[in-house]
Amino acid sequence: MKKIKAAYSLIPVLVFLLIWEMVTRLELIPGHFFFPPFTKVIQEFYYLTISGVLPDNFLRSLSRVLIGFSTGSIAGLLIGILMGYKQVINKTLHPIFSLLCPIPALGWLPILMLWFGISEMLPIMIIFICSFFPVLYNTVTGIKTVDKNLVKVAKTLGASEGKILSTILLPLALSNIFTGLRLEAGMAWRVIIAAEMVAIPTGIGALLMRAESLIRIDIVIVCLIVLSVMCLSFERFFIYMEHRLTHKWR
Amino acid sequence: MPAIELKNISNFICRNMSLKIADGELMVLLGPTGAGKTTLLNIVSGLIEYEGSVLFDGASVDEIPVNRRSVGYLFQDLALFPHLDVASNITYGLKIQKRRVDEIEARLDEMLNLMNIRHLARRYPKDLSGGEKQRAALARAIAPSPRVLLLDEPMSDLDVLTREKIGGEFKNIQRKMGVTTIYVTHNHGEAFFLGDRVSVVNKGKIEQIESPDELFYHPKTEFVARFVGAKNILKARVIEINQHEAVVQVNNEGPGQPVKIRVKKYPVFEKGKEINLCIHPEKITLKKENKVPDANLNRIMGKIVNKTNNGNGLKATIDTNGMELHAVIPKDLFDFNIYENVWVCFAPDAPHPLCGKKCREPEAGRKCLVTTQVEG
Repeated sequence: MKKIKAAYSLIPVLVFLLIWEMVTRLELIPGHFFFPPFTKVIQEFYYLTISGVLPDNFLRSLSRVLIGFSTGSIAGLLIGILMGYKQVINKTLHPIFSLLCPIPALGWLPILMLWFGISEMLPIMIIFICSFFPVLYNTVTGIKTVDKNLVKVAKTLGASEGKILSTILLPLALSNIFTGLRLEAGMAWRVIIAAEMVAIPTGIGALLMRAESLIRIDIVIVCLIVLSVMCLSFERFFIYMEHRLTHKWR
Repeated sequence: MPAIELKNISNFICRNMSLKIADGELMVLLGPTGAGKTTLLNIVSGLIEYEGSVLFDGASVDEIPVNRRSVGYLFQDLALFPHLDVASNITYGLKIQKRRVDEIEARLDEMLNLMNIRHLARRYPKDLSGGEKQRAALARAIAPSPRVLLLDEPMSDLDVLTREKIGGEFKNIQRKMGVTTIYVTHNHGEAFFLGDRVSVVNKGKIEQIESPDELFYHPKTEFVARFVGAKNILKARVIEINQHEAVVQVNNEGPGQPVKIRVKKYPVFEKGKEINLCIHPEKITLKKENKVPDANLNRIMGKIVNKTNNGNGLKATIDTNGMELHAVIPKDLFDFNIYENVWVCFAPDAPHPLCGKKCREPEAGRKCLVTTQVEG
């Protein structure tokens, strides 16, 4: 049944690609749009892969996203746990983070360029900032929304603060934490592309900018498809993990 | 030595509360919402701060934090850990105590059998009914063999049938395990059914501590009387005291003419003293207007203004010239119509003053018998 449903959801995509191919082959789109047929995009994808251009740029973007996202998420998680569990830490840090949180990740770009220059640290730091705040706030919310009676019960059953955190609060906050991770996993890819387009000479974003300057719409579309697939894959991964860890009891 | 002793407990709700609970006793805290019942449980468990002293087996536990007080606490919402299955919920406290694996398994086995929930061991709380959750939460609370078991209105969300069934089971389990228990409820039926003794709590103070029978038939204050379901409270003044009886004048608002009734003599009676008398509805009998009541009985003419079904009996409300009295009459003996004039009759020993044990004669360690007779 699941396979049938998955196949059913593929039909609109296939129809869309078919229309795309027909519209471009029949030259229904004006020439100054330089819009290639879908098969041309696939062909270019193949050439870029074989030549190593796409894998090289993709791996650079991927490594930046993974490093920035994992460090930002871990930092957000740890500080979020402390803020969620200890009221005094929350009261101290909340006003500071409240001021910093609304600043868009790319807003930090000028300062980071001055501090780190055009280096690998620049995109990593941007991804770090982009991932840190949402994971932090979702973790705080997750821990704070755990039913207080569950904590009281655990205490009466003899649990120490550390045990309560590890056996009650964190498992029950998982859903919120994963929401933060899922949202930011996609956002990290969007931000890295933007950062690479503006300031970094390597990566999918940089490839996108070079293709634009050469009016290679087919390469631009290849890059956009890679971006879309990666955003979707990262989000799906966290949806899957959340489901794996919480579906039995939710 | 009491298993639990509270000495002059005070905090933002409780006001100088003292209480002693014997080993293995089931003490019910009965009172309205906001009376301080749950607060008292939180104090005993160490979840909130307080002034005064809590002693377990004669030793103060004031400095012992909640996680080392050895209390089992069953919250009103049961608070089963939603991410753990029933077996893991039950063994949570045992694992925290770092007991041996075989010991944990044996205890789990015992609890599953005791609560009759073996088939639920691998289910999560979301898949349990109210009664099943109840059993699982109780098993979790008693599995680590706590010194004290605290239950905060655990059956308030259950339907009447399930409540009676689980209440009975719980009473048996509590007796079998012999664990000293404090049970909070606002339902006097539940309190009388479960409790070895009942403490009525109101506005942060304990109004009265008695066995269920004593509490029901000899409430000490008007609040206790009303809370345990005694509706007939007569405000009266003692006007004459004889050898065995007294004559009092009922002063309730309403009666056109003061009503004088004969009342069994109690030590607290003094001529001219204002007192509150309570008559349980079951002790009132009704007689047809044209029948002459027994001369030994008090009688007040009234009119039946309402009758409602009260399980086995019918509850009649009688207007005695502005003062309402309530009587519970067995259904098969009730042959009165609404708005019919009747004699409201009760024996002189039916009313009793609201002042607790001190009112009673030393030799009168008696229980008032519920005698309901209707003479047509």
